[in-house]
Formats: sequence, C-alpha cells, structure tokens
Amino acid sequence: MSAFAAVIARELRLSIRTGGDVLTLVLFFVMIGVVVPFAVGPDRELLSRLAPGVVWIAAFLSMLLGLDRLFRADHEDGTLILLRHADLPFWAVVAAKVMAHWVVSAVPLIVASPLLAVMLALDGSAFWRVVLSLLVGTPALAALGAIGAAVTVSIRRGGLIAPVLILPLAVPVLIFGVGAISTGPGPDLSGSALLFLAAISLITLALSPFAAALAISSGED
Amino acid sequence: MTTDTAPKPSFWNRLAHPGQFVALTRPLLWPLTIITAALFIAGLWFAFFNSPEDYQMGDTVRIMYIHVPTAWLSQFVYGIMAVSAIGSLVWRHPMADVSMKAAAPLGATFTALALFTGSLWGRPTWGTFWEWDGRMTSTLVLLLIYLGIVALWRAFDDQLRAARVIAVFTLVGAINIPIIKFSVDWWSTLHQPSSVFTMSGPHMPPSILTPLLVMAIAFTMLFLTLHLKAMHTEVARRRLMALQRQAAQTGKTA
Amino acid sequence: MTERQVFGSLALSAHALAVGRGGIALAQGLEFKVQNGKCLLLRGPNGVGKSTLLLTLAGIVEALDGSFKLEGPTSEDGPLLHYCGHRNAIKPRLSVLENLDFWAQLNGPTGAASLEALETVGLDHVAGLDAGYLSAGQGRRLALARLLVSARPLWLLDEPTAALDTEGHDLVTRLIDAHLEAGGLVVAATHDPITPTDPNRVETLVMAGIH
Repeated sequence: MSAFAAVIARELRLSIRTGGDVLTLVLFFVMIGVVVPFAVGPDRELLSRLAPGVVWIAAFLSMLLGLDRLFRADHEDGTLILLRHADLPFWAVVAAKVMAHWVVSAVPLIVASPLLAVMLALDGSAFWRVVLSLLVGTPALAALGAIGAAVTVSIRRGGLIAPVLILPLAVPVLIFGVGAISTGPGPDLSGSALLFLAAISLITLALSPFAAALAISSGED
Repeated sequence: MTTDTAPKPSFWNRLAHPGQFVALTRPLLWPLTIITAALFIAGLWFAFFNSPEDYQMGDTVRIMYIHVPTAWLSQFVYGIMAVSAIGSLVWRHPMADVSMKAAAPLGATFTALALFTGSLWGRPTWGTFWEWDGRMTSTLVLLLIYLGIVALWRAFDDQLRAARVIAVFTLVGAINIPIIKFSVDWWSTLHQPSSVFTMSGPHMPPSILTPLLVMAIAFTMLFLTLHLKAMHTEVARRRLMALQRQAAQTGKTA
Repeated sequence: MTERQVFGSLALSAHALAVGRGGIALAQGLEFKVQNGKCLLLRGPNGVGKSTLLLTLAGIVEALDGSFKLEGPTSEDGPLLHYCGHRNAIKPRLSVLENLDFWAQLNGPTGAASLEALETVGLDHVAGLDAGYLSAGQGRRLALARLLVSARPLWLLDEPTAALDTEGHDLVTRLIDAHLEAGGLVVAATHDPITPTDPNRVETLVMAGIH
C-alpha cells in the first residue's frame, strides 16, 4: 500500500473507531431540517421552496462544525511534525487528509439528505438535484475548510475562528450550490451553475493542499 | 539541506531592519499629513460647493464623494495586504509582516465606511438602507474577510509566526475575491450597471469627475499616512514585547 | 534485530548556528561536525535550546543565523532523518501494530518488519492492544520502534529516555549502538547518562544559555 493510501486508510479507520463524531455531525445536519419547520411554520409549499437552501445551509454548517478535528488532534499528539518527514511531500499528505475528510464529513450528510428531503417536502426530481449539487459542491467546502483548519491549527482555541474565516470564502459554493438546484421562477440557469460549482470545487481542491501545507509548516512548531 | 542567512547589505535590507525603517520613513509622516489635509480641503470644497446636484438624486449624490473613494480603498488596501503577504512569504521581509498587520484594520474601516455610505445613499435611491445589490453584497463579504483577518491576528500569541500563516490566508482570500465577486454578480438580480468605474462614460461629466478624483486621491493619501503611522506603532509594540520577553528570560535564568 | 544496513557516508555540520523561537535566540555560535557512526549528545540545563536545535536540524524551526549542512546522500533518496520529539504521535484508538504499520507505510518500509521492531522494543506481547492502554513508558517504546521500521541515517532524538525505566535506558543505548554500527548518525538531547558503549563514537556539545 502506498503512503498516500496509508494516510487515507488511517483517517478512515480512526473516524470509524471514534464513530461519535460522524454521528454527531449527521445528527446536527438532520436537526436543522427539524428546526426549520418550527421556525417558519409547517406550510409544505413554503418548506419545499426553502428546502434547497436549507439543505445547503445545513451541509455548510455541519461541515464547518467538523472542521477542527482535521488537523488539531494530529497537532496535539505530535503527529503533524512527523508527517512532514514522510516519504511523501507534505502537500500530498494534506491532500490525502482532505480527501479522507470529505469521505467522513460530507458523504454521511449526503446519505442522510433523504431524511431532510422528506421533512422539508422536497419532491423527487428536486431531491436528486440537491444530491447532485451536494456531491459536486462539498469537495470545495472540505478543501476550503482544510485551509481554515490549517491556518488556525497552532492557535490554542482556534476551533471557533476557522469557521468565521472560511464562511465568507465559501459564499460562492453556497450561491452556485443552491443555484444548481434552481426551483425558482425565471430562466433555468441550474446547468451552468452546476458547471461553475464543479469549477470551484476543482480550483479549491487543486489549491488547498498547497496552501494548507504552507500554513501548517509556517505556523506549527 | 543548507541554511544560509548571511545578509546582503542593500537599501532593501536596510528597510528590512524595523528600526532603520522607522528612522528612514519618519520624516515622511508630516509632509504626508499636510498633503492629505490639503487634498481633503480641496476635495470637500469641490464636493460641497462646486459640483452639480443630480437631477434625480439631488444633494444626496454628494455621498458619492465619500462612498466611491472608500469603496476603491476597500479593494486597494486588500491589494496592499496581498503584496505584503507575498513579501512576507517569499522574501521574509519583516516590514512586510508589519505592513500586512497594520493594513488589516484600516481596510476593514474603509470597507465599513463604504458600506455605511452606500446604505445612506441607498435610502433615498432604493427606498431602503440595505438592498442585496451585487456590489454592496460583495463588499459586505469583503468586510467579513477583513474582520476574519483582524480576528486571526488577535488570536495568535506569537506575532512572528502569525505573519506567515496569515500571509497564506490573505493570498487565498485574494484568489477568492474575484470568484466571490463573480458569483455574487451572477446571483444578484438587482445588480446596478457599473457607472463609477467606467469613468469614460458620457454620463460622468468633468464637474463630478474632478472632485471625485480629488477625493479618491485624498482618501488614498489618508490611507498611506495612517498605514505608515500604524506601521511605526506596530514596530514600537514589537520592540516593547521583545524587551519584555528578554526581561522575563534573563529573570528566569539568573 | 534488523540486518546490518550500512548507510552511505554522511556528515552533519553547523557553522555559527543560532537557534531560537519567536525571534528570540536561545543559543548561538554553535559549531559542530559529526560523521556517520558518531553520536552527538546535547547537554545543558533546561531552556538552553536543545529541543529547538533538534527542531531546527529537522527543518521545522528556522535557523536564526548561521547555517547547517547534511552532506552525503542526496535528498532524492527520500527523507534522511527521523525526528523523535516529546510527543509520541500515537493514536489511542489504533492498535499498537496498526500505529506502527502506518508509519512503516508512510515513511517507507525500508527497515525492520513491524512485529520485529515491536519485539526489539519489548512490545510484541501487546501488539494487538489499543495503543490507548499503553503506559507512558510503553508509548515511548512504541515511538522508538518507529525509528526501526524505516531505515534513515540521521536520528534526532529529544529526550529519548523520557518516561523509560532502567531497562528502557539500556534499550535506548542498544538502539543507538546498533544504529551507529550500521553507519547511522545520532543527535540526542538528554539528561540521562545514555552513552553508547564505544566512547570513541560519542561527541558532546555542551550548550549554555545566552546571558
């Protein structure tokens, strides 16, 4: 097994062994779907109009919430320093961690999204578009999140500041993510929005390992 | 695996020494202040007494003379921060760190001013203080980025280490800002056509353009003056911190 | 133990090296040159920059002034050094063997097999146990086993004997002996009297603070 695969395998194994984190995130994600009807009323028509945005915001917040564990534990037990002497460039180690992070923090949300669809009265075709846009857009959130986690890893209480840093940068993901679902009136731009979303995901995925690796190696010691 | 940090003496390196930087740039401070004040007096006189009212917006158009320069600065200051970030990452220039740190709160202030004047202007124009107009929205996102950077500076204990980390984040932001702008424009349906930055347009007569330019230069000079002063303050603050740490160290080992 | 692997010629040298953190120098004017087969012991009281020197040599902290060089194999042969710091980098929810296997795969399985390395450090009987159950000393042994599973010529050891019993001190001495025998190079910061058996192989750098 190559070093790259070893990093991914370890991250996945660790998150399965400490399954609580994933479960908490999914719970949080679903709870937003539970809370929104209480806030805006149980009107199915209104809910189904709000649903794409609510699902995206729920995914957005859940992923930001889970950000801190990406590098912090490794920083605290000294693993992060050793990862820099791996038989693999450090940015590649970071890239592997980002991929594993996407698998453990975004995939469970996508799997749980039918629950939200039911609660928010999202119809069939719109639901599949939500899933598609989450699939395309969440890698960008994971990649941006990695930068935020890397920048704040050496701050003792950086858990709160990382989401605040990343939220504004993730606005385009939200815009095109919801745009790709486009249930509103007016011309249908969901196709181009999905393409833009894919482009943003690719750009951030390509950039993030280098930026995060640089941020870690300049901040961590 | 060779690390060689033998300094090459040059003007650039003399600037790199914080004490030398302060000594070299301190004489600039007063002339800059005077030029800024003169420009503001001229610009404000133009803006209040020597420029026409808008036939639709009336006197409220004069808000533009504050709004447009601060909006311009909100982007210009980020540019300064991004250039300083490169200086900090590539050349390890200590003054680049200081410049980056000093610029962040100034940028946030000018951006907040641009938003504030924008919403004052929006009240008579749109009938509401806040409209999710494309330009206003992306300026708001920019303000959030500035505030995030300011918060980040405050979160670090070790300012030397902070500089390189924040430089990385500043550059990530710089790459992201055009994407944010594009996406917000795409999203915004109430987007007003850009009438200010396409200055060559026929609807911007010289009687408006002249005071606008004077005010833009005045605000830019104001930023440069404040930035320089803030850099001097930061250098002094760092020297104080270094002295305190040294005192703690000798106290401990003695 | 591992088959005797002889590393190529190797020299670590420093010239007028100043190390420190946060821009404050802890030690300066450091001069040394060690060849392979030698062990450089860093001695001195707390706070004189022993750990910082090791971190600097590991490329994690930047040198404040001066320079250091690792001559010999080109860096294309992959990373040349093992760093073993205060923290053991052990995941409590992975088994002892899984922990070690991960490092073997990440750093390249160029040294001893994982089980063999565990046997050397005396942890083979707990290989299947979650690493969270290890005592501090056992955790230290696991961290030392990491040095064995990937063969790298330069070891940078920061208090390798921390939390270890007398038998553990002997273990560290044995490991260093074997590494020197194989042509490796060791830089170790320690307060404990761990001296390689052959006194000719030892060089000592006494560090004093800056006043």
